[in-house]
Amino acid sequence: MISVERVDVRVDKSTAQGERLALGRVRLFLGRNLGGYLFLLPALVIFALFVWYPLVLGFVMSFQSVDMINPAAWVGWTNYHMVFSDPLFAIAWRNTLAFTGYALLFGYVVPIVLALLINEMRHGRALFRLAFYLPVMLPPIVTAFLWLWLYNADSGLINALLGLFHLPGGLWLENQSSALPALVVVATWGAAGSTFLIYLAALQGVPASLYEAAEIDGSNLWQRIWHITLPTIRPIMLLMLVLQIIATMQVFTEPFTITGGGPDNATVTVLMLIYRYTFQNAEFGEASALGVILFLVLAIFALIYMRMTSRLMEAD
Amino acid sequence: MEDSSERTLVSPLVLRSPAGRAIYWTVFALLLFSTLIVFGPLYWMFSSALKPSIEIFQSPPTIWPLHPAWSNYVSAWNVLQYPLYFGNTVILAAGAVVLQLLVSATAAFALSKLRPAGKGIIQFIFFSTLMVPPVVYLIPQFVNISNLPLIHVSLINNWAGVWLPEAASALNILILKSFFDTIPTELTDAARLDGANVWQLFSRIILPLSRPALAVVTIFTVVASWKDFLWPLLVLFNPEVQPLSVAIYHEAGINSTYPLPFNYLMAGLVLASIPPILLFLLFQRQIIRGVNLTGLKG
Repeated sequence: MISVERVDVRVDKSTAQGERLALGRVRLFLGRNLGGYLFLLPALVIFALFVWYPLVLGFVMSFQSVDMINPAAWVGWTNYHMVFSDPLFAIAWRNTLAFTGYALLFGYVVPIVLALLINEMRHGRALFRLAFYLPVMLPPIVTAFLWLWLYNADSGLINALLGLFHLPGGLWLENQSSALPALVVVATWGAAGSTFLIYLAALQGVPASLYEAAEIDGSNLWQRIWHITLPTIRPIMLLMLVLQIIATMQVFTEPFTITGGGPDNATVTVLMLIYRYTFQNAEFGEASALGVILFLVLAIFALIYMRMTSRLMEAD
Repeated sequence: MEDSSERTLVSPLVLRSPAGRAIYWTVFALLLFSTLIVFGPLYWMFSSALKPSIEIFQSPPTIWPLHPAWSNYVSAWNVLQYPLYFGNTVILAAGAVVLQLLVSATAAFALSKLRPAGKGIIQFIFFSTLMVPPVVYLIPQFVNISNLPLIHVSLINNWAGVWLPEAASALNILILKSFFDTIPTELTDAARLDGANVWQLFSRIILPLSRPALAVVTIFTVVASWKDFLWPLLVLFNPEVQPLSVAIYHEAGINSTYPLPFNYLMAGLVLASIPPILLFLLFQRQIIRGVNLTGLKG
């Protein structure tokens, strides 16, 4: 009995002490961290409300029937079935992938070559940088409508230039086979400048001593490009490849404003289809389902990108 | 500033030889010519804007208008209600800058200098979203904005509906954090010993020292906001609150009832391009540095 009492007393004492200790620890923890949490609070609230919540909501909505008037109802995989059975689904993906392919064809090598050449220039580098970056500054709506006018069949600049050389003009945007590549030209014109600047900066990081050593060893220009320049900027080249794929698969503004998806759905893209489901058919659930599919496809490229960046960071 | 001493692919010796010089100037001329791919369309925009309504549809077109109609700019200014939409665009950009700087700088400061417990998880919460382009949750975001959770407020037709989603920029946090990381800890430690509290540390030491990084973030936020189209198009139905790019689309787009004549449209486009071009000419250095910081965004 006595011993039990003693134990009880001891327990009492130790809990009191423990409480005091715990309280002190909480105070210490807060003293050390409260400032940090308060400073993180605005960003945490914003990210929770406007990134993570809609991201989760998108997955939930893709299994619901949502029209913003009636309460949302659970419909299982119906939205996905609807999306997959829509004849426009295949067309939109084919167009989007074709857009990405053309965009790489037009816009991947050109900035590299341009940066390589301009990096060799001893005059006018500032002018070239300005000239080729300028379109990036223009609002996409300006670029889109400007090119709509350049492509004009009768009074547009492009057919006028072709006319100067007695070449036949074309109905660039009205023709099913040329409409999509015509849009890729617009998007590339508007975006290639930033890629170019990134390569230009990367080229400045190639050590001059490597070139000198290679020259002493009797290498020619092509060998130097092939064995020194390109290997040095290869990490950036890989990154830009993935980033350009991710960016061009989100194409919307050009087809939406220039062709409206036509002619005969030749320029309907995935994002345009999402827009149509929502604002023409009020099918928010189907739009979310297609958004989830787009997310999954882009996630594959994002994962590749992350593996590359982590390898780059390790290399630093 | 030409750095002629710097060695690149081609050695200075080769450049000095007659053959080398001939090739150099040929490439230079070709590059100069290729700038026409940028300046040509821009010139066409400017000169088309000056053409009278008959001349603009002439085939083949004139290179420079026979009778330049400068009044087109005035008409575009009036038809497109420029003062209103310019104003809206500026307000949208200003709000974006204030909110994004506030949200990103505080978070970056906490992650870089205060390093509270759980920093790793919090960093993951922010930076994992770098990989998620906002268009994949475009529609749920729209639903979110039309009826915010818990408070049930709609931000449709409200500038806050554009500002708030944009404020979640992991890239800004990343840029500012890596800049803050370069500020030596000795400096912040010394200030702490002198009795500075956390807020003073942030506002009197870190922010003033980070002007170059803050400038880059500010300029890129302004440019991004000026270029923004899809999201304001969805959120801002009411013409009174729309930015320039949305207003131009509604005035001239395929779906507009009375599409704007091309000469007015071109004048309108020129007017809409002047502010970003001026911005570029003024802040070229910061923008070029910024592209290399933010460029990984693509």
